[in-house]
Amino acid sequence: MDLASFWFILIAVLFVGYFVLEGFDFGVGMLLPVLGRNDRERRVVINTIGPVWDGNEVWLITAGGAMFAAFPEWYATLFSGFYLPLLLILVALIVRAVGFDYRGKRADAAWKRNWDLAIIFGSYTPALLWGVAFANIVRGVPLDANHDYTGGLLNLLNPYALLGGVTMVALCLTHGAVFLALKTEGEIRVRANRIAGRAGLATAVLAVAFLGWTVSSFGGTVASVVTAVVAALALAGALLANRVGREGWTFVGTAVTIGLAVVTLFTVLFPNVMPSSTDPAHSLTVDNASSTPYTLTIMTWVALLITPVVLLYQGWTYWVFRRRIGVHHIPDDGAVSTPAGSAVGGG
Amino acid sequence: MDALDVARWQFGVTTVYHFLFVPITIGMSLLVAIMQTVWYRTRDEKWLRLTKFFGKLFLINFAMGIVTGIVQEFQFGMNWSDYSRFVGDVFGSLLAIEALVAFFLESTFLGLWIFGWDRLPKPIHLATIWAASIGTILSMYFILAANSWMQNPVGFHINPDTGRAELNSIGALLTNKVTLATFPHTFFGALMVAGGLIVAVSLWHLYRGKDEQKATFRTALTFGGWVTILATAGTLISGDFQGKIMTQVQPMKMAAAEGLYETTSSAPFSLLTIGSLDGSREVFAITVPDLLSWLGKGDIHAEIEGINDLQAQYSAEYGAGVNYAPIIPVTYWSFRMMIFFGLAAGAIALLTLWMTRRGRTPTSRLLLLGALSLPILPLLANSFGWIFTEMGRQPWLVFGEMLTRDGVSRSVSMTEVIVSFGTFTLLYAALAVVEVRLLLKYATGGLPEIHPEPGDDEKDDADRPLAFAY
Repeated sequence: MDLASFWFILIAVLFVGYFVLEGFDFGVGMLLPVLGRNDRERRVVINTIGPVWDGNEVWLITAGGAMFAAFPEWYATLFSGFYLPLLLILVALIVRAVGFDYRGKRADAAWKRNWDLAIIFGSYTPALLWGVAFANIVRGVPLDANHDYTGGLLNLLNPYALLGGVTMVALCLTHGAVFLALKTEGEIRVRANRIAGRAGLATAVLAVAFLGWTVSSFGGTVASVVTAVVAALALAGALLANRVGREGWTFVGTAVTIGLAVVTLFTVLFPNVMPSSTDPAHSLTVDNASSTPYTLTIMTWVALLITPVVLLYQGWTYWVFRRRIGVHHIPDDGAVSTPAGSAVGGG
Repeated sequence: MDALDVARWQFGVTTVYHFLFVPITIGMSLLVAIMQTVWYRTRDEKWLRLTKFFGKLFLINFAMGIVTGIVQEFQFGMNWSDYSRFVGDVFGSLLAIEALVAFFLESTFLGLWIFGWDRLPKPIHLATIWAASIGTILSMYFILAANSWMQNPVGFHINPDTGRAELNSIGALLTNKVTLATFPHTFFGALMVAGGLIVAVSLWHLYRGKDEQKATFRTALTFGGWVTILATAGTLISGDFQGKIMTQVQPMKMAAAEGLYETTSSAPFSLLTIGSLDGSREVFAITVPDLLSWLGKGDIHAEIEGINDLQAQYSAEYGAGVNYAPIIPVTYWSFRMMIFFGLAAGAIALLTLWMTRRGRTPTSRLLLLGALSLPILPLLANSFGWIFTEMGRQPWLVFGEMLTRDGVSRSVSMTEVIVSFGTFTLLYAALAVVEVRLLLKYATGGLPEIHPEPGDDEKDDADRPLAFAY
């Protein structure tokens, strides 16, 4: 296998990592108003992802950086072509991150409500728009001979891409519900389990429709059919596991579903990275979009040396914070009593 | 005004704004790590309280640093896609390595540090803040290497078929002399901000805070004061070194910084010039003889090239019809503002330490005001430094290789750039208000109480509230 194809796989892996990890923290954000019926419960919900959401987001930054380095043409065409959706994603990610950090820093209810809205908006929007964006990449967009996008905004809003967006939202929501069921105790856990079951059914319908459409219309290979089918089976397995109360396996199931859904998209895409709907000759491919063998070699060494270390310490983080949390673990809202607030015993 | 101008303004605004948070992150992560280390070694509780107190201020700022950083990474592809195509091989690889090597480290270990107070054994918890701090410093290195390549491109060739820059020596890229000069300068600049922040907050508490906390804040004041002074010295020395490198690789930038039009031996340095900066008329100037020659080449008699000669030289080399000089007033004044605000910060820190020596509490309101400006002055110096270095590179995007106007995205409309510029400006302004108010609230809030910790041999109580929670 040549290096460019290897980096195509590596970028797919980075996006798999991003959607599997940030996927559940998007879902947790989406479920904030549903599962958190009062402030203390909302704090339980947010704290399930407290120590990890930031590290999860770095998967996106790394995927972006890797695209820039390994496929500059792809990065340039995609980021300038999908300008307004990306702008909206950035705004969403900004207010969401600031929301997590600032929400608890003042005691007043309006302040918290506003940041809750930021977290909710910031969790739905990127999931929806990434779904739309990836579906459009697979479907192909108008590109000219310079590989510049010529389609405008409305071109991105076609039925297939919108289905992709809704599917991604549903997947993240279910994945988040499963994660919350796994990480909480008491009332919230029961409610999360129930939501996971219901949302899971709807998600299954959407996912089957979207993946079916993908492999049937956009050059699905045997491999992509296999990954799509396994993704669907994993979701069915997750729903079953959820029914019998095996939360760990449920989470593994939804993680595999999201991961394989992303893999299916990348498999259908290969060897293109951005097919042109105007003229196949204008398509960006693994070959014509990649950087030089020298750069790819350097990056390969860095990736091979560093990625296992990253996986180790990120895995360790999940281990350190493996414990379930419930309302009794949430310290009193210190922001009420002293200005220094929850600095009490905190970082 | 066209899409290029708006894209440039957007880059300028988002970069300067991003870099208000970066120095605090770089400097404070290190200083907080040092405070926690002192506590770990001495078990003196006041250092634990300071660690937590200043850690809080650091974290309020950190979230903003991250999110504005993602904007930076996306912006290259969104607004500068032709630049991205041209340099992905070189510049992109540094961003990718930065994310993989540094950013994961920083973000993951900071999460462990924030939430790990009662989950990790003390030495491991201490190690997490050091890991995060090392992550920020590595991150700074790779980003500066990327920027330095735009100032002084090395380790590459242009592929004649594709017209793209292709990396041919990663070693040369990572040891670019501009990177090596910029790294310490930026690092010390960041420490000035963090040290200044500690001094300002501590002095405020000496004046207005609770009596029983004053001794602890006095310790912090001394610590922050010394950091600021040493960092000022480091910034000066490294800045001098950097100026000499810049005179070698970007003589036009240094000529513009001085508004020096004609090539001159024993060139003076003007502290202040009033008049027209096109060099035709000088109303009033304060100059230090020979200083520019010394700053540029380490020799008071050295010849410093002037703008007019460089323009002629570049026209011959790169083609006529382009003004190869940056905007002179911006370059001239941003360079002076950088130096002025930096020196002012160092001087105020020195004065503050002197006036608070041996347990004194000065009564001067002026000193309090001065010290409260201490985090702001080095931030201004940092910002003007970036404005100087980036504006001084113009009209080049990559010096000698690509003009700024050639790097912009062709497929992005004026409307789109205006929408995004407007969005970021408004969002950033709103967040700035929120951030400053939160910082003030927590900075004036006083030290956290330390509850007796459960002994190490005590059975871990699974129902105990989290030591830290959002």
